[in-house]
Amino acid sequence: MLFTPEDPNSTAPAPAASCRPWARETVDDAGWRAAIEEIAGRKADLLSLWSDGAHVFMAIVGRATPKIRLVSLDCPQGRFPSVGVRHPPALRQERTIADLYGLTPEGSPDTRRWLDHGRWGLRHPDGEAAQIETASDAYQFSPAEGAPLHQIPVGPVHAGIIEPGHFRFSCNGEVVVRLEERLGFVHKGVDSLMAGAPLDKAAKLAARVSGDSTVAYSFAFARAVEAAYGVEPPPRAVWLRALMAEIERLANHFGDIGAICNDAAFALMLAQCGLVREKLLRAASACFGHRLMMDRITPGGVAVDLSEEGVTTLRSLLEKIGVMVPRVVALYGDTTSLQDRTVATGVLSAELASQYACGGFIGRASGRRFDARAAIGYAPYDALSFELGESTGGDVDARVWVRFDEVRASVEIIEQILDRLPHGPIQADLSAAPGGAEGAALVEGFRGDIFVWLRLAADGRIERAHLRDPSWFQWPLLEAAIKGNIVADFPLCNKSFNCSYSGHDL
Amino acid sequence: MQKFLFQGLLRGALTEPPPRPEDAMLAELGQALERAAREKLGRSLAIREVDAGSCNGCELEIHALSNAFYDLERFGLRFVASPRHADVLLVTGPVTKNMKEALERTYNATPDPKWVVAVGDCAFDGGVFAGSYACVGAVSQVVPVDLHIRGCPPDPVALLKGLIALVDKAG
Repeated sequence: MLFTPEDPNSTAPAPAASCRPWARETVDDAGWRAAIEEIAGRKADLLSLWSDGAHVFMAIVGRATPKIRLVSLDCPQGRFPSVGVRHPPALRQERTIADLYGLTPEGSPDTRRWLDHGRWGLRHPDGEAAQIETASDAYQFSPAEGAPLHQIPVGPVHAGIIEPGHFRFSCNGEVVVRLEERLGFVHKGVDSLMAGAPLDKAAKLAARVSGDSTVAYSFAFARAVEAAYGVEPPPRAVWLRALMAEIERLANHFGDIGAICNDAAFALMLAQCGLVREKLLRAASACFGHRLMMDRITPGGVAVDLSEEGVTTLRSLLEKIGVMVPRVVALYGDTTSLQDRTVATGVLSAELASQYACGGFIGRASGRRFDARAAIGYAPYDALSFELGESTGGDVDARVWVRFDEVRASVEIIEQILDRLPHGPIQADLSAAPGGAEGAALVEGFRGDIFVWLRLAADGRIERAHLRDPSWFQWPLLEAAIKGNIVADFPLCNKSFNCSYSGHDL
Repeated sequence: MQKFLFQGLLRGALTEPPPRPEDAMLAELGQALERAAREKLGRSLAIREVDAGSCNGCELEIHALSNAFYDLERFGLRFVASPRHADVLLVTGPVTKNMKEALERTYNATPDPKWVVAVGDCAFDGGVFAGSYACVGAVSQVVPVDLHIRGCPPDPVALLKGLIALVDKAG
């Protein structure tokens, strides 16, 4: 039982004090397998699985008590026991480790390449890189067989203004029998760019992992750096970070609610929600100098302070949103022709949401009540009160209602922050040499929990960093949710999930 | 729903006056656009957006162009679903190597006359992703570019300025 370290007779290996705030344990093969059994046996959830070329790392969080545990395994032979064979949510991350670092997950049931499409001119760019002839890899989609089945290939260039990815539908008439995703089209080599980067450049990269979550990524990255340094940012900076994170959450939820309804040809909702989103972005620009608040959270604090006029701007905006929200909710709730498209569409079972440790509103709409703000309780959320949305419906409709709940929660949080914003400096000193420390952080972005782990070199540069988007564990669930729906409902299902391509492909 | 519709009638337009295109942009466009092409197109351009590897920040701002404040369609500019219907490709991102062929094929599928507008700092020179083994870099290294709109991401006003400059020249 790995989650009872209080037991004095516990034989768990003594944790190395190298990583903060969660110590990392170096385990052997047996310890690695024991951790796999924890997640496969549903005692813990998989947070992430990654590598630095020489080791593999796993972060897991206990279910009974949300305690985070990091384990690492040396891989001198270039191989490690597969996690995916016992716990399918790990499969895509394992394939990524094989692509980027050249480590083999032993016993894995899926050895196809994932992010590597054969076009980089390199194999294993972050491990022992080998030059190759650039050519498109033939990709073997999983077969779906039966007399009346036909395939519909979609992407990577889509019909809308969205990110690129490929979807392969196997259909029986209009009904989707199977969907298989192929991602990796926007892989930009972030792991590789992070290695050796100075802090300021690394922070910029982190802010551009996924543009719609730029605040959340900067927040998580900054917290991981500060954990490694053992430095606390000043209170005012901590509160301003949460303020930006909630503005970002609101803007994304309004944008998505409007877009979901627009995919059901209900453009009025898109127009109304689009107005609110635009007002939020303009307020962000007026208060922090950037509409998406990119690069406004930095390791050690925040880059800009909020002025008194900024507080006034935000208060009057909250007032307008307070008027708009009940109207938009009523518009959605009273339009039965719209709900005809969203109710019972794209149902994600509670069972799968739980197995995949699905984060954010997708998990909460399928009964998985996990939110890093509440479960892990980082500052300043541990000092704020807010209600989380929840549903067990699991359909597009449930995800819309949970987003409405999140909108209300964010408004409450922003009000509390504006009322209680402490005064003082906004930057902590990070000039002292960190001495090769490791740090990790878990921050709730709008689409779920974002995990960051990094190791600093003695001179303060990033030696290795791993940023995990919530989409890693949400994309596979979209494949499950679309099953049995008609092709025309795919946009609704897809938009109600709104997984990140860039955040996933990295 | 009626309430919303009545309010919409009563409160008047939210749409803001268009920004003036910048001279430098007009100069850049002047070289790219021929008089014959203008005659063919009239004052209307169909735009196909192609994300060739962006972080999605540029897409968010391109989306904003369609909201009631900016209302892109009043300029005769509209987004279309297929490159076959497009006059303009609006390309974002540091062109990842995994997207290079898709971008080339989209370009080849767009009928002449056509223009390419590269949006964002990544599309200009690779931005923070420049030098990565997985990225080509500037859009101009893959397809010929007629106009760059810089910014990380460029805000909707900057995007509008660029696109209006384009339609002024094209019309």
